[in-house]
Amino acid sequence: MTALSLRDVRKNFGPTEIIRGVSLDIAPGERHCIIGPNGAGKTTCFNLISGRFPISSGEILLNDQRIDTLPPHKINRLGLSRSFQITSIFHRLSVFENLRCALLWSRGYRYSFWSPLWRQKALNEAAEHLLEELNLAARRDILAGLLSYAEQRALEIGMTIAGGASVILLDEPTAGMSNTETDYAMALIRRVTQGKTLLMVEHDMKVVFDLADTITVLVYGQVIASGPPEAVRANRAVQEAYLGALEE
Amino acid sequence: MKSRWLILVLIAAAIALPWGFYDWSHHRHDGFLISVLSQTGMMIVLALSYNMLLGQAGLFSLCHATFFGIGGYAMVHFLNAAGHDELPVPMEIMPLLAGLSGLGLAILFGAMATKQRATAFAMITLGIGELMATAALMFHHFFGGEGGVTTDRMIDNSVFGLTYASGIQVYYLIVAWTLIAVALMYFLTLTPLGRMANATRDNYERAQFIGYDPRMVRFIQFALSGFFAGIGGGLYAITYEIVTFDALAAPLSANALLMAYIGGTTVFGGPILGAILITLLQSGVSLLSNSWLVYVGVMFIGMVIFAPSGLAGIIQAHGPIQRAGRLGRLTVPYLRLVLPALALLLGFVGLVELMSFLTIGAAQGKKLILFGNPIDVHATVPWVVSSVSLVVGGTWLRFEAAVFHRVWERLSAEVSR
Ligand SMILES: Nc1ncnc2c1ncn2[C@@H]1O[C@H](COP(=O)(O)OP(=O)(O)OP(=O)(O)O)[C@@H](O)[C@H]1O
Ligand SMILES: [Mg+2]
Repeated sequence: MTALSLRDVRKNFGPTEIIRGVSLDIAPGERHCIIGPNGAGKTTCFNLISGRFPISSGEILLNDQRIDTLPPHKINRLGLSRSFQITSIFHRLSVFENLRCALLWSRGYRYSFWSPLWRQKALNEAAEHLLEELNLAARRDILAGLLSYAEQRALEIGMTIAGGASVILLDEPTAGMSNTETDYAMALIRRVTQGKTLLMVEHDMKVVFDLADTITVLVYGQVIASGPPEAVRANRAVQEAYLGALEE
Repeated sequence: MKSRWLILVLIAAAIALPWGFYDWSHHRHDGFLISVLSQTGMMIVLALSYNMLLGQAGLFSLCHATFFGIGGYAMVHFLNAAGHDELPVPMEIMPLLAGLSGLGLAILFGAMATKQRATAFAMITLGIGELMATAALMFHHFFGGEGGVTTDRMIDNSVFGLTYASGIQVYYLIVAWTLIAVALMYFLTLTPLGRMANATRDNYERAQFIGYDPRMVRFIQFALSGFFAGIGGGLYAITYEIVTFDALAAPLSANALLMAYIGGTTVFGGPILGAILITLLQSGVSLLSNSWLVYVGVMFIGMVIFAPSGLAGIIQAHGPIQRAGRLGRLTVPYLRLVLPALALLLGFVGLVELMSFLTIGAAQGKKLILFGNPIDVHATVPWVVSSVSLVVGGTWLRFEAAVFHRVWERLSAEVSR
């Protein structure tokens, strides 16, 4: 059984094929990193998996169930959650409200207009707990739009894992962060994704080789290598296309 | 805490005001006052229900009067049925039926409109508004054509044994239903649906990736807002015993938008302020001047440009300064704004009124009378005085506003530290 698999997934934007037959199998609990140069199609892959864009052909399965025709909210309800490369939060709601919103569906509140939020003890405690975990408790009642960049990124991660999804997709969670911030964010990510399947796009090679069980290298919409870190590092094609250039 | 007091004061005022103007020698209420207050009540319901869309869900609807109107028309038919003993529902419950009529229509139209976003949504609601306006003129059976439909509210069925023959009884029914509607709408803002409406307003796309279908959120919000608008329309029908085309046509939709926006869409109570202000202007200024719509229009434009968060937003912005106990330091800068603002206002009103009496007034054979003196609108002096007052006031106000702005910025910086 796989947590997530892509089978010959392709995507065209107009006449140009951006994703050119990607196949991937990710086992439950695996930490899987996708690397590749700018414009390789990493974010597009995430958009296809999470249902933001329809695929042109191929199949995507989540826990052996086809999801490639489902809208994003249905995919999310099946246990797949993603973050965004460009921070995507509810900027006019407080930090606490952002997290509480992210908890609502998974806790069965649906579109309820009869249960007052202030009386949902378990829900509110879960949101407070998340605040602590993200180290944002001091910023609880600040509008999310007013947080610092690193804080917003932390909130974004928090909202992604809040619903308890079993498969987590993180798109460059540490981009634009300083070294200390990156270390902090990675520790956070390790903690909150424990026991979950993690698929992460990341540019920072140190982070990637530290974290990943498996690395996939995507270049021009194609997988040119996929395997354990050592194998990928040793791969000639990867070195030529990508890694070598980066490490110099 | 403070807003809680404000609410209590408003409720007390709503209950007590009619008695402040009671004519004890003739044992009569002031009919005009009762009528203004009644209208304020239904407009509060209309404006707040509109803000469930605009402020809370970020939905720019142009057909909100449709649901107010349908509540009104339905109420007329309900009352007529009750009058013929065909509908055994007491008067006190009737507005609920009007609300359900609004809800029904909002479910139908909401299913169409909320599939779309932003501009497309606004376009569709514009279409819906026009559609209903046309329908109101076409289907005489239900809408009564140009003349509208009439009813008699004395259905002789009341939980409290009231006849509703007098305006004051109707007024207290309106107060009660306005309170119920406001309380329910406030409650909604504290539920998962209300919060997700805010979320889809802020970031439509993100809502999808935390498991919500934003279209469903908006659809339910739209339907519920139609429910409350329908209640408002029901109160309208009870008050006036006649409902015409005006109750669902575009100008009333625009009015809902004006009230919500001027009052402030970002604070729950904002539209209440807007509804009170606009209704007062409508009933006060329209008695004095033909051009009251010009003033409302200019005020609206001014708000959009200078205070997009509305009256409530302005008040709210004072919060941090007030909590730091430094509100006093704004007194002088505020006072300095008064004179130039008055000059500007006087000049502007002068010009508008002169213009209006030159054209419409002349046609109606009216004369412009100021402080008991007739004013010759063809003479040069009043025009010059008004123009000078406008220009000088405007320039002076700009200067004082800059001074005020500097003080405000300094205070805000101090307070946020
Ligand atoms: N909605 C779209 N319409 C048209 N072209 C698109 C769209 N989204 C992405 N592309 C194109 O697809 C290619 C891959 O983009 P994508 O954002 O997936 O790259 P990426 O690997 O995430 O790059 P980066 O490292 O810069 O984030 C780019 O050439 C981009 O211009
Ligand atoms: Mg990207």
